[in-house]
Amino acid sequence: MDDFLLTLVLTLDAAMRVSTPLILAAMAGLFAERSGVVDISLEGKMLASAFAAASAAVVFGSPWLGLLAAIGVSCVLAMLHGFATITHKGDQIVSGVAINILAAGLTIILGLAWFHRGGGTPTLANDERFLSITLPGVDIIDHIPLIGVIYRELLSGHNILVYLAFLVVPLVWWIVFRTRFGLRLRAVGENPAAVDTAGLSVIKLRYKALLIGGILCGIAGAYISIAHNAQFTRDMTAGQGFIALAALIFGKWRPYTVLSACLLFGFLDAVAVRLQGVTLPIIGEVPVQLIEAAPYLLTVVLLAGFIGKAIPPKSIGVPYIKER
Amino acid sequence: MDDNKYAIELTDIDKRFGPVYANNRVCLKVKQGSIHGIIGENGAGKSTLMSILYGFYQADSGQIKVFGKPYQFNDSHQAMASGIGMVHQHFMLVDNFSVLENVILGCEGGPLLNEGLAVARKELTRLGEEYGLKVDLDATVESLSVGSQQRVEILKALYKGAKILILDEPTGVLTPQETHDLFRIFSALKQEGVTIILITHKLREIINITDNVSVMRGGEMVAHRETSKTDREELAELMVGRKVLLQVDKGQSNKGKALLKINNLSVCDQQGVYRLQNVSFDVHAGEVVGIAGVSGNGQSTLLEVLSGITLPTEGNIDILGHTVDASHQIYPDQLRHYGLAHVPEDRQRMGLINDFSASETAILGYHNSSEINQGLLLKKDKVKHNCESLMSAFDVRPADPNLQSRNFSGGNQQKLILAREFERNPNILLIGQPTRGVDIGAIEFIHKRIIAMRDAGKAVLLVSVELDEIMSLSDRIIVLCDGQITGNIDAKDADERTLGMMMANAYSSEENETTH
Amino acid sequence: MDRNSRLNWINRLLLPLLNVITAFAATAVIFLLIDVNPIEATKILLYGAFGYEEGIGYTLYYATNFIFTGLAVAIAFHAGLFNIGGEGQAYIGGLGSALIILAIDPSASAWVFIPGSIIGGLLFGALWALIPAYLQAYRGSHIVITTIMFNFIASSLMVYLVVNVLREVGQMQPQSAFFPSASWLPFMHDVFANFGVVIEQSPLNLSLFLALFFCFLTWVFIWHTRWGYAIRATGLNSTAAVYSGIKPKQIIILSMCISGALAGLVGINELVGYQHRLVLDFHFGYGFGGIAVSLMGRNHPIGIIIAALLFGVLYQGGAELAFEMSNISRDIVVVMQALIILFCGALQYMYQPWLIRTLAPIQEQSHG
Repeated sequence: MDDFLLTLVLTLDAAMRVSTPLILAAMAGLFAERSGVVDISLEGKMLASAFAAASAAVVFGSPWLGLLAAIGVSCVLAMLHGFATITHKGDQIVSGVAINILAAGLTIILGLAWFHRGGGTPTLANDERFLSITLPGVDIIDHIPLIGVIYRELLSGHNILVYLAFLVVPLVWWIVFRTRFGLRLRAVGENPAAVDTAGLSVIKLRYKALLIGGILCGIAGAYISIAHNAQFTRDMTAGQGFIALAALIFGKWRPYTVLSACLLFGFLDAVAVRLQGVTLPIIGEVPVQLIEAAPYLLTVVLLAGFIGKAIPPKSIGVPYIKER
Repeated sequence: MDDNKYAIELTDIDKRFGPVYANNRVCLKVKQGSIHGIIGENGAGKSTLMSILYGFYQADSGQIKVFGKPYQFNDSHQAMASGIGMVHQHFMLVDNFSVLENVILGCEGGPLLNEGLAVARKELTRLGEEYGLKVDLDATVESLSVGSQQRVEILKALYKGAKILILDEPTGVLTPQETHDLFRIFSALKQEGVTIILITHKLREIINITDNVSVMRGGEMVAHRETSKTDREELAELMVGRKVLLQVDKGQSNKGKALLKINNLSVCDQQGVYRLQNVSFDVHAGEVVGIAGVSGNGQSTLLEVLSGITLPTEGNIDILGHTVDASHQIYPDQLRHYGLAHVPEDRQRMGLINDFSASETAILGYHNSSEINQGLLLKKDKVKHNCESLMSAFDVRPADPNLQSRNFSGGNQQKLILAREFERNPNILLIGQPTRGVDIGAIEFIHKRIIAMRDAGKAVLLVSVELDEIMSLSDRIIVLCDGQITGNIDAKDADERTLGMMMANAYSSEENETTH
Repeated sequence: MDRNSRLNWINRLLLPLLNVITAFAATAVIFLLIDVNPIEATKILLYGAFGYEEGIGYTLYYATNFIFTGLAVAIAFHAGLFNIGGEGQAYIGGLGSALIILAIDPSASAWVFIPGSIIGGLLFGALWALIPAYLQAYRGSHIVITTIMFNFIASSLMVYLVVNVLREVGQMQPQSAFFPSASWLPFMHDVFANFGVVIEQSPLNLSLFLALFFCFLTWVFIWHTRWGYAIRATGLNSTAAVYSGIKPKQIIILSMCISGALAGLVGINELVGYQHRLVLDFHFGYGFGGIAVSLMGRNHPIGIIIAALLFGVLYQGGAELAFEMSNISRDIVVVMQALIILFCGALQYMYQPWLIRTLAPIQEQSHG
C-alpha cells in the first residue's frame, strides 16, 4: 500500500511539472479568447520563447535574462498576431498558423546560424537554469507519516516557475472577475459594440489581452527550455500549445476549471509515461509510440466527449468593424 | 429656462462613407427640454447624423454646439461628458452581465470593481424611482424582457449624466402597451428638463409624442415642422418626395381549399424553451394570412418550422398533403420541390450570399433542380438565363447577372429574392418582412405582387412587424404573443387598438364589444 | 478604365503580387540577420531550381506534392474549414497506397497496381480526415485542434507500423519491402527516353500529370457542380445554406473527406513514383506547404499550380542553398512558407486601403 502511495505521489509530482507549461499557455489563451481573439499561436510563441530563453541564458549566463528574453520574444509575436488580426482584421486562425510555422523555422535557422549545432542550443550549466527549490522545513516535516512524503515530493522540490504557474491562476481569476480591466475584457469578448459605445477602445483592450498572453507564453516557453530541460531542441514544444487550447475549451474559459483540465492532462500523461515498458493484461507490452501519442489521443477524446455544449465568448473569431 | 435656448445645434454636417453621401450639409436645432422627432426612410441618414452627435463617427465637416458651446467629439466619451446619451436600435448590452455591470461599463469609478458597483447601485435605485424606470439590478440582461432591456439602456445613459437623450427606433421591438409605458417615461424625463431626440420612421408616433419634427431624405434635411401644425400625410410626402399611397388596392379574396394546415404545433429551442405553443390555423389558396406581433414572439420560429429549417417538437404540419412532425423532417429543398417558397425575414443573413454573383444567388435553394443541371454538371448558361428572366420579371436594377449580390441596393436585393421565390410558381408562399429596408417605390411594387400571387390562387403567409402592412395586405390576421395565438380575426374587423391589445395578450372579445 | 475594373485589377492581381513581394522582402531581412547576402542567396536558389536539368526535375517533382496538398486545403477553405491536417492525411494516404500495392499479387499488371494505389491513397487520406470532420460536425470539436492532433498521432502510428509491422525481417532501415516493379509509376526521364529524348535523372514522375488532372477535376467540381455550389454556399454563409436546404454537417464531412483524399495522393508521387517502398517522413512539410500554396493561389486551381511551382522552386532552391552554405538549412523554406501564409493570408488586405486610395479613388459627386 505504501508503495502505491509513493507511486501516486510521484506521479502527481510529475503531473505538476507536465501541466506547468499547459497552465501558463492556457491562461494566455484565456485572455486572448475572452477578449474575442482566437489565438492558435500559443504553440509558436512558446517555441520561440523557449529558444530565446535558452539562447539568452547561454550567452549571458543567467536564467533570469533568459526569462526576460523569452517574454520579450513572445510579446513581439503576440503583437504581430494583434497587428494582423486586430488592426488589419485578418483571419485569426491563419495568422496563428503563420506564427507557428514562422517560429518553427526561424528558431532552427537562427539556432544554426548562431550556435552551429543543427538547430539546438548548447547544454546549459546548472547556474544558467532554473533549478528545483527545496521548501523550508522539509527535514522536519519529513518525519510526519503521510504529510511528510507529500511535502517532500509533491510540494517541495519544484523550480520557481512551477510555483509561479500555480500562483498565476488565482491572480488571473482576480484580474478577470474583480477588476475594471477584467470587466471590460469580458465585455469586449461578448459585445464589442457595447464597449465601443461606452467610449472605450476595443482595439486597445484586445491588444492588452494579447500582451498579457504574450508574457504568460514567454514564461511557459522559458520553463520548457531552461527549467524543465537544459537546452533548446527543435520542435521541443511538441504540440503543448494546442493541448493548452483544448484544456481552455474543455475548461470553458474559466480559470479554475481550466487549471483542473491542465492538471487532469498532466496526470494522465504522467500515468501514460509510467506505463512504458509495463506489460498490460490484454495488450501486452505497451508500444512506446502509443505512449508518445497518448497526449494527442487524449486531447481528441476530451474534445469529442464533452465539448458539444461549451459556449465561447460571443464575439470570438470575428474582427470588430464599426457597423454603418 | 429660456424658451428659445437650444440643446443641440448642428450646422452643415457632412459625412461620406466611400461613395455614399450619408449626410449632406445637414442643419438641425433642438430646443432644450423638448421632444424632437427626426423622421426619414431607411438610409435617409438619420442614424448617421445621430452617431456623429454621439461621437461614434466624426463628421467630415460642420459644427456641433451643445447647450451653446461648440464641440468636436472624437469619441463617445467626449459626447457623454457633454451630456449626450444614446439608446441604440440594437441594444449595446452584454447579455451575460447583470444590469449593474452593464451600466458601470466604462465608468467603473476605479480599477477595482466592488466600490464602483456599490456606488452605482445607490444611484440607479434613486434614478429608477425618480423616473419610474424599475429594473432588477442584479438580473442578467438576457433574462429580461425587451422592454426592460430598453429601460436599462435609458438608465445607463442617465447614470452617465445625460441631459440629452437620443433614441434610435425605440419602439420597433415593443408592444403597443410597452410603447405607451415608454412615452410615459419620456413625459417624466421632459418634466425634469431632459431633452429627447427620437429617431423613427413611424409617422403615428411622431404625431403622438413629439413637439417638433425634422424630416430627412436622401442624406439631406428637407423640412422642420412643429408637430401640432402638421399631419401624417404631409410628413409621408416630405419623407418620400411625392404623394404616397398608404393603402394598397385589393379586391375580394377568392378562397379555395386549405393548402397549409398547422395542427397543435409546438416548438422548443435548444434550451428547452417553448417558442411556439399549441398553434393551429390554416392557410387557404387565394388568401393572405398575416401574422402580426412584435418581433421575438415566435414568428421567426414559425417561418423556420414551416420552411423546413427547424423540426416541430409537438404537433404536425400538413404542407400540400405532406406531413411534417417531430419524427418526419422534410428539408427546405424538398419542400421547394413540393411547391413551397420562402422569402426569409433577414435577407442578409439568410436570403442571399453576398459574395455570390446575382446568378448564383438566384438559384439558392433551387441549385439541385433539373432545369439547370445536366447529369453531374451545373450548366452556367442556364443559370445565367434564369437570372436574366428573374431580373426582368421584377425590374431588378442593374440587370447584370454577373454583379456580386452585395453590390445591389437593399430594395433590389429584396426584389431578386422575391423574384426567385415567386417566379417558380409555388403553391404556398411564406414571406417574412418583405419590405424591411426597402424604399417606398419598391414597397408599392412588392405589395402589388403579393396581392397578385394571392389572386392567382396561392396560399400566402405574411409575417411583418409593420402593422400597416399587415392590415392592408391580409385577408385574415393572426396575432402571436409569447409563441401562442392570441388573436385570429378577419382583416376587416381589425384596427390598431384591437391588434395592439392582442399583441399584448390583453384582448378579450366580450369586453371590447360593449365599447364599440 | 472604369472604377470597377480597376478594383478588379487591384484585388485580383496587384494585391496578391504585393503580398508575395513583401514576403520575399521579409525573407531577405532574415537572410541579412544570419549574415547571408540575399542577392547571393537568390542566385543560388534560382540556379538550384532552374540552372540544370536535374534541378528542374526536382523542382517539378516537389511542385507535384504541393499541388495535391494545395488542392486539399483549397477545397476545405471553400467550405469555410481550415484543414491543417494535411501532414497526417498525406502520411496515412501514402500508407494506404503502400498497403494496396503490397497486398496485390506481385505478378499483376501496372493497370491493377496503379489505379489500386491511387484508390488506396484517396481512401486512406479521406479516412484520416473523416474522424476530425465527424467530430466537428456532430460534437462541435474544434477541427483545427483535432486535425493537428491527428498529425501527431499519424507520426506515432506510422513509426509503429513501419518499424514493427511492415519492416522486412532482417532489415535495419525503417522501411517496407520494395514494391514490385510493375507497380512503379514511370519516371519522366524514362518516359522521355522511350521517345529518344535524353534528360537528366530526377524523381520527377508521371504523377505530375495526375496532379494536373486533379486540378481540372477540382475546378469542375467546385464551380460546375451542385455539390461544389453547396460547398461554396456553406463556406460563405452557412445560414443561407441551411435556408436553401443544404445540410452543413454533410458538407463538413464531404469537403473534409475530399480534402484528405487529395492530400493522400502525395504518396503516389513520393512512394509509387519515386521511393518504391514505404518509408518514414516522406510527407514532411507538404501539408503545411499546402496551406501557403492555397492561400497564395487564392483557393483556385490555376493559382495553386502557379503557387505550387513557386514552392517547388523554393524547396529545390532551398536544398541547393543548404548545400552551398553551411549555416543555412532547408528550414529556411519553412520560414518562407510562414511569411507567405502571413502576408498572403492573415495580412492579405494590408495594402488594399492604400492601393484603392491611390489607384481607384472615389470621385467627388455633386449633389442636387
